[in-house]
Amino acid sequence: MKFAIVVFPGSNCDHDAYHATKHVLGQEAAFVWHKDTSLQGADVVILPGGFAHGDYLRTGAVARFSPIMPAVQRFAEAGGPVLGICNGFQVLLEAGLLPGAMLRNRSIRFQCEHVVVKVECTDTPFTSRCSPDQLLRIPIAHGEGNYYAEPEIVEQLEARRQVIFRYATASGAVTPEANPNGSVRNIAGLCNERRNVVGMMPHPERACELAIGSADGLLLLESAVHSVGQGTFVTTP
Amino acid sequence: MRARVFVTLKPSVFDPQGTIVTDALHTLGYDAVKNVRQGKYFELEIDAGSEEEARRLALEAADKLLANTVIESYRVEVESSTERSVP
Repeated sequence: MKFAIVVFPGSNCDHDAYHATKHVLGQEAAFVWHKDTSLQGADVVILPGGFAHGDYLRTGAVARFSPIMPAVQRFAEAGGPVLGICNGFQVLLEAGLLPGAMLRNRSIRFQCEHVVVKVECTDTPFTSRCSPDQLLRIPIAHGEGNYYAEPEIVEQLEARRQVIFRYATASGAVTPEANPNGSVRNIAGLCNERRNVVGMMPHPERACELAIGSADGLLLLESAVHSVGQGTFVTTP
Repeated sequence: MRARVFVTLKPSVFDPQGTIVTDALHTLGYDAVKNVRQGKYFELEIDAGSEEEARRLALEAADKLLANTVIESYRVEVESSTERSVP
């Protein structure tokens, strides 16, 4: 199974994603430069965290026009699993592959800490190995992770069960106190209507080994391997 | 030809930066300033045959790239070279 990790100028979690998929998970992984136009036959695409194009203008605003993005779009439209992490999530929002937008954190601070997220749905390629309501301890590191969408869009996301992760307390309560950035309804991650494209602000690739604090994030990457292996969420020609 | 593009957060969208600036102005004693909304300003030098064409290009650029219309709105002003004030 092959993971493609898209590298934008300014991506800085690309190597973490490569390490997690290749060395920890033992799968095939390849870097794909943003100026390439092919995903090299990958089964799963990861848009990693960082500051693509310096985050100038808006986070992800320039990256969404990278030459690789039409290939990512086609891969997503064909049903392939795509995971956008942090800046990768912001790129997916700007590209319109996921609804909504990111605002500055409510605190105006860059928030870098471990948080707890609650798994809301397990029928996505990145949560298929999780249990419903499972709590995952995964770090966040962002200045603009304050998820916003028009109220009607938020209602639609809820009705279609597109909210995949919510910030929660250690005991699993979804409260304002557990919300690190002001995201509407404590949304930490969501998926598209077809459920194959997932965006999340927390960094699962940074939580794949107990030696660095948590291995909860590995479950998401294992889910991708499982889903592709099961034949769900694979690209259809 | 020069086009000015003003990008601002929609009124319904919370502006954390504007809130902090408002607080800072209050700290400095400017209590008369009731609210601040922070936005972005762009100057586009455009090679266009007419003001209309420059406006059309600036609006297209704003819609496609300069503003994220999920959260922001934009306004365009076009200034022809003859109108430009001499410093």
